[in-house]
Amino acid sequence: MEGLRSRLQHRLPIIGDGGMGSALFERGLDPGDCPESVNLTRLELLEEIARLYREAGAEIIQTNTFGGSPLKLASYGLDGQCEEINARAVQAARKVAGKEAYVVASCGPSGRTLKPYGDTEPGAIRESFARQMTALVAAGIDGICLETMTDLQEARLAIEAAREARGGGEFPIMATMTFDATPRGFFTIMGVDIPAAAAGLAEAGAEVVGSNCGNGIDNMVKIARRFLEVTDLPIIIQSNAGLPVIEDGRAVYPESPAFMAERAREMITAGVSIIGGCCGTTPDHIRALKELIDG
Amino acid sequence: MEILQHISEQLQKGEDGDVRRLTQSAVDQEITAQKILRDGLIAGMTVVGERFRDHEIFLPDVLLAAKAMTGGLEVLQPHMIGGRVPSIGKVVLGTVKGDLHDIGKNLVGIMLQGAGYEVIDLGHDVAPERFLEAAREQGAAVIGMSALLTTTMPAMRRVVDLLAEADLKGDVRTIIGGAPVSQDFADEIGADAYAYDAAHAVEQVKALTRRTP
Repeated sequence: MEGLRSRLQHRLPIIGDGGMGSALFERGLDPGDCPESVNLTRLELLEEIARLYREAGAEIIQTNTFGGSPLKLASYGLDGQCEEINARAVQAARKVAGKEAYVVASCGPSGRTLKPYGDTEPGAIRESFARQMTALVAAGIDGICLETMTDLQEARLAIEAAREARGGGEFPIMATMTFDATPRGFFTIMGVDIPAAAAGLAEAGAEVVGSNCGNGIDNMVKIARRFLEVTDLPIIIQSNAGLPVIEDGRAVYPESPAFMAERAREMITAGVSIIGGCCGTTPDHIRALKELIDG
Repeated sequence: MEILQHISEQLQKGEDGDVRRLTQSAVDQEITAQKILRDGLIAGMTVVGERFRDHEIFLPDVLLAAKAMTGGLEVLQPHMIGGRVPSIGKVVLGTVKGDLHDIGKNLVGIMLQGAGYEVIDLGHDVAPERFLEAAREQGAAVIGMSALLTTTMPAMRRVVDLLAEADLKGDVRTIIGGAPVSQDFADEIGADAYAYDAAHAVEQVKALTRRTP
């Protein structure tokens, strides 16, 4: 199988997988539980979810390590098991991906806020990502994707840590941020706009940039277009299946696979390189995206 | 009054040190704590809230301003007690079970303290039963709940239900907030109020705790 970095140079769309959190909720995870704890207790669930996305056409299987940095795991008392949690997630994904699909490690925010507006030193955040990423690299990955970032400084620290963990390795480092639609344009909650995101992430060393979460497909198309305007780097977009609403005491995501795929057509024509799904997306959403690309 | 305007401006800029220093100056000039609070600190924080709502500034600026406000409040605290300003009431605050986001809740806590309430902040990931327990123990008039994740919002309903089961709905009022929360949701679960930001929360809590004739 061609390496992901080389594959990206063809500038043809690659299908990512869909949401992990929502898939875990469906399989019994409670909102209060640590999603990564499943890596220790129910690894078979990760294999099942990966298999469903693979069968739907995903070429990228992301690991269940979004909250796998020790700083984030500490809120559940699981930071001591950081290495195990990350390694097992990679193993589960690899079991399904084999050599036919790419195992990309998902790394989300530390959950801490940087000084001076928060209480955490940059060094502590960088070290936390370094520890997580060392474990991920050791387990054998085809890429790292930083997700749901809102603070550009944190994202850059994570990219630095990823580069160091990668060492002489070949895999691409990808970074996505979450934007809110405002009358003044798209900004992360920390005030980062798309041009600043693209420039800052690229300067730190990300090889693929884009956005995930926070928006349904229509806003994501707009976000994609803006990214394409401001950078030549390959773009990755992982959209929610709309914004969730509460129905009968449960969170429901309203955007259907057909709806998402139809709107995603624009992104593909415009030249987005990796298209996947985030919260609320299912294997059916991925299947619809695959059919769109094949068609 | 110039010094109070200055406090407001420095608070908006997140200048913690300046706000403390100027607040102390205002105290030394024998301006009442209530006036310093209202026309200096709260005035500044209100502008911050409006600019945030209008997407002119973002979270880092809000957090820095909140730090400056906390600094000013710390300087004022002894003078408020010394002036025998009693707390208007007690409010229990928390981010609901399963949710770790607390910036919004923290801002509400600061603003409520500024408005004269005693705030018992239970932190985040607070189980429904704990809200009740704290309200009981503390004799709180209001429980305020925050959530940023849609998936954790059902926990708010649980608190309201527990209050009903314990026959406390008349004594303890509930107010909810957070990005995915809405007035509709508050109505649906039987919460007494919904607030869209920290300043609105203070207005709502005041309305809830006003003595009914």
